[in-house]
Amino acid sequence: MDLKEKMLSSFMALEQELDLSSPVHDIRSTSLKTFEALGFPSKKDEAWKYTSLAKLLKNDYSIFPKKESSIELKDVKKYFLYEIDSYKVVFIDGIYSPFLSDTTHDGIDVCLLSAALTKPKYREVIEKYFNQVADKEESLTALNTSFAKEGAYVYVPKSVVAEKPIQIIHFSTGEQGDFLLQPRSLVVVEENAQVQIIERHQSLAAHEVLTNAVTEIFAAKSALVDYYKIQNDRLDASLIDNTYVAQESDSNVNVHTFSFGGKLTRNNLNFTQNGEHIDSTMKGITIIGEQQHVDHYTLVNHVQPNCESHQDYKGIYADKSVGVFNGKIYVDKIAQKTNAFQQNNNILLDDKATINTKPQLEIFADDVKCSHGCTIGQLDEDALFYLRTRGIPKREAKGLLTYAFANNVLESVAIPSLKTRINKLIAKKLGVNLGHDL
Amino acid sequence: MAYTEEELKKELETKEYEYGFYTDIESDTFPVGLNEEIVRAISKRKEEPEWMTEWRLQAFASWKQMEEPEWANVNYEKPDFQAISYYSAPKKKDKYESLDEVDPELLDTFNKLGISLDEQKKLAGVAVDIVVDSVSVATTFRDTLAEKGIIFCSISEAIKDYPDLVRKYLGTVIPPKDNFYAALNAAVFSDGSFCYIPKGVRCPMELSTYFRINQAGTGQFERTLVIADEGSYVSYLEGCTAPSRDENQLHAACVELIAMDDAEIKYSTVQNWYPGNKEGKGGVYNFVTKRGICHTNAKISWTQVETGSAVTWKYPSCILKGDNSIGEFYSIAVTNNFQQADTGTKMVHLGKNTRSTIISKGISAGKSQNSYRGLVQVNPKASNARNFSQCDSLLMGNECGAHTFPYIEARNNSAQIEHEATTSKIGEDQIFYCNQRGIDTEKAIALIVNGFSKEVLNKLPMEFAVEAQKLLEISLEGSVG
Repeated sequence: MDLKEKMLSSFMALEQELDLSSPVHDIRSTSLKTFEALGFPSKKDEAWKYTSLAKLLKNDYSIFPKKESSIELKDVKKYFLYEIDSYKVVFIDGIYSPFLSDTTHDGIDVCLLSAALTKPKYREVIEKYFNQVADKEESLTALNTSFAKEGAYVYVPKSVVAEKPIQIIHFSTGEQGDFLLQPRSLVVVEENAQVQIIERHQSLAAHEVLTNAVTEIFAAKSALVDYYKIQNDRLDASLIDNTYVAQESDSNVNVHTFSFGGKLTRNNLNFTQNGEHIDSTMKGITIIGEQQHVDHYTLVNHVQPNCESHQDYKGIYADKSVGVFNGKIYVDKIAQKTNAFQQNNNILLDDKATINTKPQLEIFADDVKCSHGCTIGQLDEDALFYLRTRGIPKREAKGLLTYAFANNVLESVAIPSLKTRINKLIAKKLGVNLGHDL
Repeated sequence: MAYTEEELKKELETKEYEYGFYTDIESDTFPVGLNEEIVRAISKRKEEPEWMTEWRLQAFASWKQMEEPEWANVNYEKPDFQAISYYSAPKKKDKYESLDEVDPELLDTFNKLGISLDEQKKLAGVAVDIVVDSVSVATTFRDTLAEKGIIFCSISEAIKDYPDLVRKYLGTVIPPKDNFYAALNAAVFSDGSFCYIPKGVRCPMELSTYFRINQAGTGQFERTLVIADEGSYVSYLEGCTAPSRDENQLHAACVELIAMDDAEIKYSTVQNWYPGNKEGKGGVYNFVTKRGICHTNAKISWTQVETGSAVTWKYPSCILKGDNSIGEFYSIAVTNNFQQADTGTKMVHLGKNTRSTIISKGISAGKSQNSYRGLVQVNPKASNARNFSQCDSLLMGNECGAHTFPYIEARNNSAQIEHEATTSKIGEDQIFYCNQRGIDTEKAIALIVNGFSKEVLNKLPMEFAVEAQKLLEISLEGSVG
């Protein structure tokens, strides 16, 4: 039985434990029909031209956790940003772990989507936001929607500033063999409110794990959202991360994606700007080697005037790794005075590494400033020579320059301890001795 | 301010096709429709050898299996391939010794186009091989070229006179099965140009051909083959205008360039097929396959000025097979009213130290859609490959669109690739600056558009630059001086 059939038949099993009368269930059934019609994407789809899921889909994944797994805090502490105080929403094999988590309902809601979907007091928010920005015609998103049950739920009311960052972590233990995870998260930030979120998917033992995650983020008027994605998973873990952001006037949403690990990572990042004077920022650093594959697929929909978007993706590819960047900027006829900027710089370290990039512009308005730049190259020979005249060995000099190349993306990271952490990770990944402890 | 961008837009919209006329030459036209019999008949009419007929039939067989491509960013009513007449030739088939023998009406056509033959002859060495509805009518300067051993003739003559050369190279760069339109072209092509430059010869003059679509309802399927042997150089010019027609005309040409070791080919095009009227009715469908192959140290340079056609689908490409070979692509695409253009290039780097440059300028006005679609591919063995691409778009008015679809695939770590694209409109401050210096708005827009396209216009040979300027003038009347 192939995975598609398995998913379709598993849906009935899922229905047994759900409240079929809730309106959310209609959304699930509709989505399943969409998935059934579309199937998994293949390389024939223009959006998946450079990334093939075929191999991953051959695995026989378990879809529901058979039992609850527990893990010791000391074993997984390193995956948390433990230096600072934060709210935590932790899942083990898709099941909420109250022991590792630290949720709240004080001022803001940081809790579980399963609670939000079922409890009446959240009904209004769910009806207004759930599955509203996610692409209903995209097969993997539809698949996630049809199985949407658990994940993080964050609600920040009007004019509230979340006092500490929120960490959302999904662990996969491998105790039940190959596993397919489909977390679904919802983040609603009301007018003038602010929040910082760090998200991570982590596999803990040798097994094939495929995560098909969907996160919906709503930023109301003048809201500020900082979202950080840390992708430093084991080499047998794969991730398809679908993020949909809807923004109202004067809001500001920044999404940083740090891709260092994983077998295959596909990031679908979609922004829709529903008001004026919106600022959207997408930044990413990708440093991979071996046979890793990272694909960034971004889409910014400029549908209102006077908005801005900035994209800056840096990639460093070693060994036989494959990097893909596909950025699309769409500017509607009425979106005058749009300022859209897209930058993608890549370095190939080894001769088996590959990069495929396709920065697209689709522009229907005349009074706009849109540009994209894309480079593929090597380290500056002169700079390398300069460092070597100063007595720095070639290998270290190379590491230092690569580090500098990636580093400027970090400037906009607003959580100091996270910045340090990422800095260390990059240095370690590139084998650079910074000479001081960050 | 007497002249504003608004007025320019209006003028652009109402500007009718200047070269829209129809010459009444008696033509020998085949019945409409396409089947094996028609393919055979074309081949027979052209007195082609058996292998050529076979080649056409094979192409036709593969064409029947293919589907019309839909990936391009254009919308149009699909042509009915069974409603087209696939062959049309002026009835008088004799070759002329002098211009006096040529149909005066035909000469009049050329005069309207501003390319009188006598004038051409006097001009600094331009040999003109004029193709009206598929059959070569007059060829000039052949003697001068023959002295150097250069062969420049229609492809049907070449098939008869130089079958070995044609057989060796035809379809090697664009195989008949390459794509839908290339297969169609291979099956039914009626004529085109053939050019062979022998080893070490530098062609002393610019070679040029004028293509025209003339007979109502006949598609024009031209096939051009240019072979530059080792160490040779040639500059080839191609230009076209077409009479005003209401029903859509299909143009599916194939151009193959072969640059052997150390050879250089410069191929320049000015395309001004009928773009349809301002309601978007009529106009030419231009689905062209153009491709060149570069051997060691060779260079191919494509320059194009695209102002016409209702729908354009065209990607002049370079296969950089040999080490140290160079590919260049310079393009200006102007779209107005309901025109749609999806154009760009492919640079396939296979050899070591290969270099490519892409400069593409798109100007969209009215309700037109202008897309750049390009591929830069660096293969694993192409070490030290270098590419620079720049795509700039200029939008006039908010009903048009400018799109960029660049594909960049690098599989070698020594590759150095840069791509940049910008989209903008004519800046109010730029116009203001000119006004302030006493330059009126009309002239200011002319100045800016001219400056915007200059990088590409500069690449055109002298003889062609004048016509290119003229065509830009027609497409963006009042803006280019």
